[in-house]
Amino acid sequence: MEGLSRPDTPVGQSAVSLDLAKMSLRQVNAWLHHDLASQSPPVRRVEILNPAGMHNLAVGLDADVEVVIRGHVGYYAAGMNKRARVTIDGNAGRGLAENIMSGVVRVKGSASDSAAASGRGGLVVIEGDAASRCAISLKGCDVVVGGSVGHVSGFMAQRGRLVICGDAGAGLGDSLYESVIYVRGRIHGLGADAREEPFTPADREVVASLLSAAGIDCDASEFKRVASGRTLYHWNAAHSSHYG
Amino acid sequence: MCGIVGLLVKKREQRASLGQLAQPMFTCMGERGPDSGGLAVFGPPVAAPLRRFNLFVPDRHFDWQALLTSFRRAFADRAGDTRITALENHAILLSVVDPSKVRGWLTECDPSPKLLSVGRFIDVYKDVGRPGEIARRYHFDELSGSHCVGHTRMATESDVTPAHAHPYTAGEDFCLVHNGSLSNHHRLRRTLERRGVRFETDNDTEAACRFLEWRLTQGDSLEQALEQGFRVLDGFYTLLMATPDRLTLVRDAFACKPAVVAETDAYVAVSSEFRSLAHLPGIADANIFEPKPEEIYSWKV
Repeated sequence: MEGLSRPDTPVGQSAVSLDLAKMSLRQVNAWLHHDLASQSPPVRRVEILNPAGMHNLAVGLDADVEVVIRGHVGYYAAGMNKRARVTIDGNAGRGLAENIMSGVVRVKGSASDSAAASGRGGLVVIEGDAASRCAISLKGCDVVVGGSVGHVSGFMAQRGRLVICGDAGAGLGDSLYESVIYVRGRIHGLGADAREEPFTPADREVVASLLSAAGIDCDASEFKRVASGRTLYHWNAAHSSHYG
Repeated sequence: MCGIVGLLVKKREQRASLGQLAQPMFTCMGERGPDSGGLAVFGPPVAAPLRRFNLFVPDRHFDWQALLTSFRRAFADRAGDTRITALENHAILLSVVDPSKVRGWLTECDPSPKLLSVGRFIDVYKDVGRPGEIARRYHFDELSGSHCVGHTRMATESDVTPAHAHPYTAGEDFCLVHNGSLSNHHRLRRTLERRGVRFETDNDTEAACRFLEWRLTQGDSLEQALEQGFRVLDGFYTLLMATPDRLTLVRDAFACKPAVVAETDAYVAVSSEFRSLAHLPGIADANIFEPKPEEIYSWKV
């Protein structure tokens, strides 16, 4: 297939390079979904060239493979990821690793809004900044951001941890459920029912292990803990006049 | 969903390539807005008191020379320097006649050409149809100038007609494109109409455009007008505006309508999506960022 090449690799390993300047997005995703599994010897590393900001790249992977994308990607890159370790050597558009199930998605640049939205498992690492609504409706995935996050990050997050090494925009953790957010820098405002809680030695261990997994060098003792005040969990008749 | 694009070429010697760089940006964003499209380009000004009047008719075989003859007859005393440059259903009329008189005369023509823009710098091309086809018809790749803004539309709140396509203009040498939707534009329209501002469509973007231009006529700078806009405009918006010497960008407080900026020594490029910037020279080393909510980004020509 034009656009597919097999770079030299050590004996017993196999790698493939897919060039989006010569292949269509559909061909690349179809190769990752179908052809990858039948390669012999097994392909452990796939490099994708010339992504040029395309949407939906490397979505729905379900394979024990390392995927490296050389350049900026568009919306929903590596969405619904299972097992695969996807690295984007550039920036990512809206909805990075949306609904990730497992594996690791790493962005070396910055990510647009709604990164790791509703992620259920695995790890999302954004080495630069993440825009608004990072980790919105998180359901078990862990997210580590090397820089800052935009407004309303962690909105309605239910499970999983969000570690922010920089600052957090306004409305952080609005309507949080049981996710915990750790922020090292300045918080420009907490959302409804989000509250700062004591940062315990157990929290420090959690942050240290997530930073270590993310490969981000940062002092784990400098973080603040933000979690749900749980005041929105139940209907409060005293507030009924605020509705309807 | 809609697409917006803008490009400001920093170096005077590269202004001839404005259209060549901007046309692929515009055509790519046609995927976000396939029902209509338009582009405003700011070029070298005509000498006052001449003005550029950009005209549009739906008929692509319109007799523009007959219109020019009729114009010369109507304004015999001031029509000596009048010229017209026509391309299918679009024409640029150069004239010293006062804009209010030109506007009045146009409404009496049959068919009545729509006045797309007035000014010394600005030309506006817009129509319904696939943006790629519009770009080809009007030879966007051959346009030159210091900066341009474009829009590809997927209508969500008012009709699909050439008049509802963006860019919108108000006053002279001012235009605006919008991705988003405003929820209080009827009220805003009524407020402005009471102050004598005239509207041409029922479109929400026109209300934003006329509001900002009205503030400018009241003495505001564009920054002051936009600060007012943050308070007055209710809804979702990424707005990209152009005046003869500036390209200006804002996003609403929610910032859920996308925008990405790429800046190099040679240009400032704005788009709804990075993929429409991927072809630009030097993009690999550009400073690429997303504009923050309720911050004014303005680049000088």
